[in-house]
Amino acid sequence: MTPSSIAVPTGPIAKGLITERRAFFRAAGAATLSATAVALMAGCESMAQGNMTAADVNILNVALGLEHEAINAYQLGAESGLLQQPVLNTAVAFQTHHKEHRDALIATIRKMGGMPVAEKPKAEYARALNAGSLRNQADVLKLAQRLERGAANAYLGVIPSFGDKGLAQVAARLAADETMHWTALTSAMGEMLPQKALTFGA
Amino acid sequence: MNSRRWLPAALALVPAFVDPALANGNAERGRDLYESRCISCHSLDANRIGPKHRGVYGRKAGSVPEFTYSPAVKSSSVVWNDQTLMRWLTNPQEVIPGQRMNFRVSQPQDRADIVAYLKKESGQ
Ligand code: HEC
Repeated sequence: MTPSSIAVPTGPIAKGLITERRAFFRAAGAATLSATAVALMAGCESMAQGNMTAADVNILNVALGLEHEAINAYQLGAESGLLQQPVLNTAVAFQTHHKEHRDALIATIRKMGGMPVAEKPKAEYARALNAGSLRNQADVLKLAQRLERGAANAYLGVIPSFGDKGLAQVAARLAADETMHWTALTSAMGEMLPQKALTFGA
Repeated sequence: MNSRRWLPAALALVPAFVDPALANGNAERGRDLYESRCISCHSLDANRIGPKHRGVYGRKAGSVPEFTYSPAVKSSSVVWNDQTLMRWLTNPQEVIPGQRMNFRVSQPQDRADIVAYLKKESGQ
């Protein structure tokens, strides 16, 4: 498949994502961070009741590590010079989602009295993800598709370990975003969606 | 009772209790499961969110030198084999309380296939 034959959804959804990204940057840092955190934790009534444990903070921190990696993977893809429009815009939009996940997780971890895990240098992600082997747009999409499916499954697989049901629901919402990314990437690559149900999680 | 007398003899024929799922562990299917379930945090040859996995089978928990484990896993005396890995993938917190993985695989056959794959990739 030649890169130019890869069609990525560019309809209202993709455009909406990109507008959201501009809004995100306009709001710059702190204001957006607290807004996202509030949105993420809306409905976590149990937070006040002390159902949250150090174990739950550990789960969120591992999730944060995963989001740091996703952000860096998209960054490596965007900087590789291998992505053409409209794929590049879609990649940047998805990276923005991961940044929002990251900010929401950091705020939640802090609120629970935890210490958010730090991002590693980009070169470390590049090495671990073998970014040097990416040769064309299809390679970049394939890596993103792999990581997004893995992330959706990771969130689904930690749900039973949460002590707090509100946080378990947050993990499910994060999994839904990653599944959305995986679906868009899979269509963009011209691949079939699974014929059977329930291929995620378990 | 008669069965009391027969039980030890019957058990002697079976060296250890073998999980039926484990006996059918399929490394090929395990590779696909590893690729979809574990890959967001682990790779065979790179430390990522979790430690690298090549050689994990037969190794003591927490023994990849460059990976920063939780104190619980680092100081654990668990050795990774069929039984400990099956239990770890069922619920890691029950094997090493205080661990940070928290990821569970709900289906016994999926766990057994993944263990078969890890075993194979560890050269065992
Ligand atoms: C959400 C991220 C995540 C996912 C998904 C995940 N793990 Fe882990 N895993 C970790 C972390 C983090 C550790 C280190 C735990 C600690 O130090 O407490 C770990 C540790 C381990 C260990 C112990 C390794 C050692 O060196 O002692 C094994 C074995 C393991 N994982 C297997 C798996 C398998 C198999 C899968 C897929 C079925 C999987 N993990 C999925 C995050 C994850």
